[in-house]
Amino acid sequence: MSLTTRGRSWPLLAGYLALAVGLLALAPALLGEFQLNLLGRLCCYALVAVGIGLAWGRGGMLTMGQGLFFGLGAYAMAMHLKLADAERTGGPGAVPDFMMLYGDGSLPAWWEPFRSPVVTVLAIVLVPAAVALLLGLAVFKRRVKGAYFAILSQALVLAFSLLLIGNIEGTGGTNGLNGFRAFFGYDLYDPANQLMLYLIAAGTLLAAIALMAWLYRSRFGELLVAVRDGEERVRFLGYDPATVKVVAFVVSAVLAGIGGALFVPIAGIISPSAVGVVPSIAFIIGVALGGRATLLGPAVGAIAVGWAENSLSSAFPSAWTYLQGALFVLVIALLPGGLGQLPGLLGRWRRTPETAARSVEPTKEVVA
Amino acid sequence: MSGDYLEVRDLRVEFDGFVAVDGVDLTVLQGDLRFLIGPNGAGKTTLVDALTGLAPASGTATFGAHQLLGLPAHRVVRAGVGRTFQTATVFEELSVLQNLDIAAGLHRPRRSLLRARRSTPEVVTEALETIGLTALADRPAGVLAHGQKQWLEIGMLLVQDARLMLLDEPVAGMSHEERDQTGELLRRIGRDRTVVVIEHDMDFVRSYADSVTVLHGGRVLADGTMAQIQADPEVQRVYLGDTVTGDVPTAQAGPRHAAPQAAPQEEH
Repeated sequence: MSLTTRGRSWPLLAGYLALAVGLLALAPALLGEFQLNLLGRLCCYALVAVGIGLAWGRGGMLTMGQGLFFGLGAYAMAMHLKLADAERTGGPGAVPDFMMLYGDGSLPAWWEPFRSPVVTVLAIVLVPAAVALLLGLAVFKRRVKGAYFAILSQALVLAFSLLLIGNIEGTGGTNGLNGFRAFFGYDLYDPANQLMLYLIAAGTLLAAIALMAWLYRSRFGELLVAVRDGEERVRFLGYDPATVKVVAFVVSAVLAGIGGALFVPIAGIISPSAVGVVPSIAFIIGVALGGRATLLGPAVGAIAVGWAENSLSSAFPSAWTYLQGALFVLVIALLPGGLGQLPGLLGRWRRTPETAARSVEPTKEVVA
Repeated sequence: MSGDYLEVRDLRVEFDGFVAVDGVDLTVLQGDLRFLIGPNGAGKTTLVDALTGLAPASGTATFGAHQLLGLPAHRVVRAGVGRTFQTATVFEELSVLQNLDIAAGLHRPRRSLLRARRSTPEVVTEALETIGLTALADRPAGVLAHGQKQWLEIGMLLVQDARLMLLDEPVAGMSHEERDQTGELLRRIGRDRTVVVIEHDMDFVRSYADSVTVLHGGRVLADGTMAQIQADPEVQRVYLGDTVTGDVPTAQAGPRHAAPQAAPQEEH
């Protein structure tokens, strides 16, 4: 039942290459405009899922508030796009349309920096990182963990979405920010640019998975698993487990922030309902189904659940929720390692007779 | 005997008005394999907890140039102090080798964390030899036998180069053969380190102790060689009531005591 089984690396590499070919070559060739757009959005969710895989699967931190970081990245991007659109139509210093509608037509000071594309890109990475750093230091140094951490992260994301709804003059309230026309100067209605956005999202996802492969193999990855399985013991190896957890949490927040930022131009809208409690939980379902501690599981799980939701919920609007819930319960109860664990289990089951016969002698290849 | 030594003066640990350790003085020199014995609830584990940052204590405790009291646990470790627990806590899903490699990380620069382990560090190979687990290096630590896990823990202390080792009942639950092997292991590694072993098994203490400290009710009742301890009337009274037979009994073999002041080491 190992959650860290590394084994031989060629099946993983083959899986990674298959995913890369599927996302970068097959999908653009085979899918229609709408479906490709859907897959692009799912790639952004999958970026969040990859981060959850690191924090939860490897680090044992059940973070139920990734919507917060997803939202920070998304709103940073959306604010820039709104400002850029306004300047294109109304000249320098123009304010986004909705501010005329809900406010007095003046730009809040905290919007001002987002006129700059450079500041925006930096903010997409640094704001989630800084929030996660402060939060992580406050929480993990005090040794808050388990369910308490999960509830805390959930409460924060709820507060965040309420804050967004409450500040309608600055955030567009429940409607959120939408109606973007251009992405750093590229027309968003042009199919070629839409394809480019999709490829950026898919490529970023693949890069994030590659980053995880490296992290999981590094000594940091081993240390993180050690912290998950024996936090107190790690203390007696001379490490502060809180620091290890904070690092993993910050990386997962940055991935969520980038996912949010890429989601905005692809989906064309960001609103509190896309960053609140429900999506934060939905992120976790995909990760759990795919296999939280595996390399490819979180991303594949998130894409599969999202795709199934989209196709099944239109066919059976009421049944999907139940199916999703049932699947979640079944996997947690029967396959705590997720579906990504299945190949390993089947392999072990097939190998059992012969390994049992020579189990006296320690074999090198069993589990590395 | 040169080198660092452990010096504890007037150490007190109090939990909500209950005094678990009451003014303990203790000096352990390098190369002296010291056993800490005493009835259940005598404060042995609490004393070790206080030295390793798990229980708040007053008094002084120095090892080499380091003042230990008041440091957080991971800083105590960086001062060269290592400990094991009554129940072996190894990382079950990591291999024996990975367990040892993690313990070696203490002395590596932080940036090395970002790289994968390509070769086995020499200290790890040596420790594998010393604890006799070379053949099992690639096994997950979770499948090891009970005794092997304790050895792995001792191996991790070797790798992290703990110069003061505090071992909490390392032979509890071991077979006779394993006990002897552990005793020999402790002798070997104890030569150039300062080692303190909490133990209930009196046969084991008799066979391997260089010196013994008896704790009772949070105080040091006696210390000296095993012969001196056995001759001490106070010790006999504590262990036997007043019916003296001239020998410290071998009872007290329970692997775990339900001390009322049980230290907060497993708090979540």
